[in-house]
Amino acid sequence: MVSPTAEIDWAGIRLHVVTGKGGTGKTTVAASLALAIASAGKTVLLCEVEGRQGIARLFDVAPLPYEETRIASGPNDGGDLYALAIDPESALLEYLAMYYRLGRAGKALDRFGVIDFATTIAPGVRDVLLTGKVYEAVHRNRRSRNARQYDAVVLDAPPTGRILPFLNVNSELSGLAKVGPIRSQADTVMTQLRSPRTAVHLVTVLEEMPVQETADAIEDLQRAKLPVGAALVNLLRSNQLDDAARSEALADRLPREDIGDDLTSVGVDPEPALLDGLLNEAHEHAQRRALEDEQRRHIDKLDVPVLDLPRLPDGIDLGGLYELAAELCEQGVR
Amino acid sequence: MSSRTRARHGRLAGRAEPAPALDVDALLDDPATRIVVCCGSGGVGKTTTSAALALRAAERGRRVVVLTIDPARRLAQSMGIEALDNTPRPVPGAHAKNGGALDAMMLDMKRTFDEVVESQASPEKAAQILANPFYQALSSSFAGTQEYMAMEKLGQLHRDAQRSDRWDLIVVDTPPSRSALDFLDAPERLSSFLDGRFIRLLLAPARGPAKLMTAGLGVVTNALTKVLGAQVLRDMQTFVAAFDTLFGGFRQRAQKTFELLQAPGTSFLVVAAPETAAIREAAYFVERLEEERMPLSGLVVNRAGQLPPGGLSADEATAAAERLDRARKRNGTATAPLTAGLLRLHAERVQIVARETRLAQRFTAAHPHVPTVVLPALPTDVHDLDGLRLVGELLGSAR
Repeated sequence: MVSPTAEIDWAGIRLHVVTGKGGTGKTTVAASLALAIASAGKTVLLCEVEGRQGIARLFDVAPLPYEETRIASGPNDGGDLYALAIDPESALLEYLAMYYRLGRAGKALDRFGVIDFATTIAPGVRDVLLTGKVYEAVHRNRRSRNARQYDAVVLDAPPTGRILPFLNVNSELSGLAKVGPIRSQADTVMTQLRSPRTAVHLVTVLEEMPVQETADAIEDLQRAKLPVGAALVNLLRSNQLDDAARSEALADRLPREDIGDDLTSVGVDPEPALLDGLLNEAHEHAQRRALEDEQRRHIDKLDVPVLDLPRLPDGIDLGGLYELAAELCEQGVR
Repeated sequence: MSSRTRARHGRLAGRAEPAPALDVDALLDDPATRIVVCCGSGGVGKTTTSAALALRAAERGRRVVVLTIDPARRLAQSMGIEALDNTPRPVPGAHAKNGGALDAMMLDMKRTFDEVVESQASPEKAAQILANPFYQALSSSFAGTQEYMAMEKLGQLHRDAQRSDRWDLIVVDTPPSRSALDFLDAPERLSSFLDGRFIRLLLAPARGPAKLMTAGLGVVTNALTKVLGAQVLRDMQTFVAAFDTLFGGFRQRAQKTFELLQAPGTSFLVVAAPETAAIREAAYFVERLEEERMPLSGLVVNRAGQLPPGGLSADEATAAAERLDRARKRNGTATAPLTAGLLRLHAERVQIVARETRLAQRFTAAHPHVPTVVLPALPTDVHDLDGLRLVGELLGSAR
């Protein structure tokens, strides 16, 4: 489903930011994307920044500390997935320790409630700290001592409603810190976020509000010169009925008797209640699919690459994650 | 979806039994019900549920105002509230009967905050606060401000309702927070922030010379200046000094709102979708409400799949579809692929319903006393009053 005008340079992207409206499966998709990239033998870091421990839940591991933890690895040394839950307090203390060697002052800051202040209210500072830590993980190289290097970092980012202020740390800070270290940190992070080595992917489902939010977010991101990646369409309904059958189902014109005969031929008793039920399911499915097709047309007009992820009838467990990762691999993610 | 930081609260042993039914109509018809708060995680249909409840109550004779947070554009248009002006307006097309009425409004977070400042401070001081960059950030992007302002607006509507007798029922939607619990914590968080040690520290130079100029403060100010720059520190001090007189008022209001939420006329409905994360979030919320002695009325499970009639299991349907596929290769009928598709569709539906039912049962096993209403998934989106009316009917009758 990749549109002809835009392709994603999967190999060239170091930072994948995954956002989406609440309820669209943002965390699931971020995790599947990380697995898909790792499955090509790469070392990938999956980060979360909202204190939800969503990654730990998905992978069924203990709550993640502020420390990169390996949560999955491929067979024969083929690919490693690490995860990290970034919280602003730890990021600030680490930042202070790293750049200012604030031993005693660091503790004093905490005692006076400054850490709390900086990470909850000082506008934009929280986001600079979170994105700053992600930036640090992306930018490690051979010179970074004792630090693991990643081929790619996948960020389970805040939802679309908050993604712009979150990524656009520069403008959030601009009214406040005009100079100073926090400001230059923000500038560096912003340069990375705007580079072609970053992609902001949007998770959506084929419903009116999420698609509208996706369209709005793409516009906002482009205006802020942030690189838009793919639209990831999640929870897609299956294709059990072809177009012709769906339009017949919508018009309630499915051949009831023939269907009954088919059922009899395979030993299913076509009692009226069952037949009614099946025809009704077909009708509702066709209705939903018609709405989905309409939303799909909106998505196609957005002129971004589109990747599809199916609705798994059994819901998302670890096996389901691997299945979704495989779907992404088949659609070119590597 | 907040990570669990407190102990589980609720019964510790029990088998899955069907949940008691939530009688939505009885709740809405009861004149003692004055406030209905719909809460739950993002994307579960809180706004639609709130609007549907409000419409149904109005059409059953209540004088209702509904406070929505971020409605879908078409829904807002159909309710006549697409203009964000922070004022309740009559909803055109609501068939209010027996003296009922329906007003609706959409929350303007910043304006609500501005109005609080303006009502609390002298015009001169208010202008000074409104222009401060720290205030602007606090009022537009501080995590928790939206929750706090939703509760502030609820307090205002409640006072209006008592004074003017214009409404006898307020229905509130809650913001799509990172955590559904945020809106309970927001007033406390804001007031404890405003009351914090650091704020007092920042105020110290403005208040009196060198009283707190301990060695510790020196270290802190130096460190802050290093990291943030001197100008940020100055802005912060100006802001805090200007805001100082308002702190008491804010704390008081937060306390009042909390008491209002605990009052007997208030009714919480937890909204969830039959998905693991949403149900888990609903469970946290139920427990938290009980711990805080907030009056919980029940759980609304939106968009549940319906088990089709006929009793054909997923396995049977899949097996039959496979037999049809095999037969087709030999001498199958023209409609065999269609019938196989129908059977597979059915198998998927049964699987989904089974998973959803398991989820709901687990919730009920842990919280057996929470009355529940389950709404079937609708084949189309809800974006007009007819859709809301349908949801309202389902809420009222799905027992």
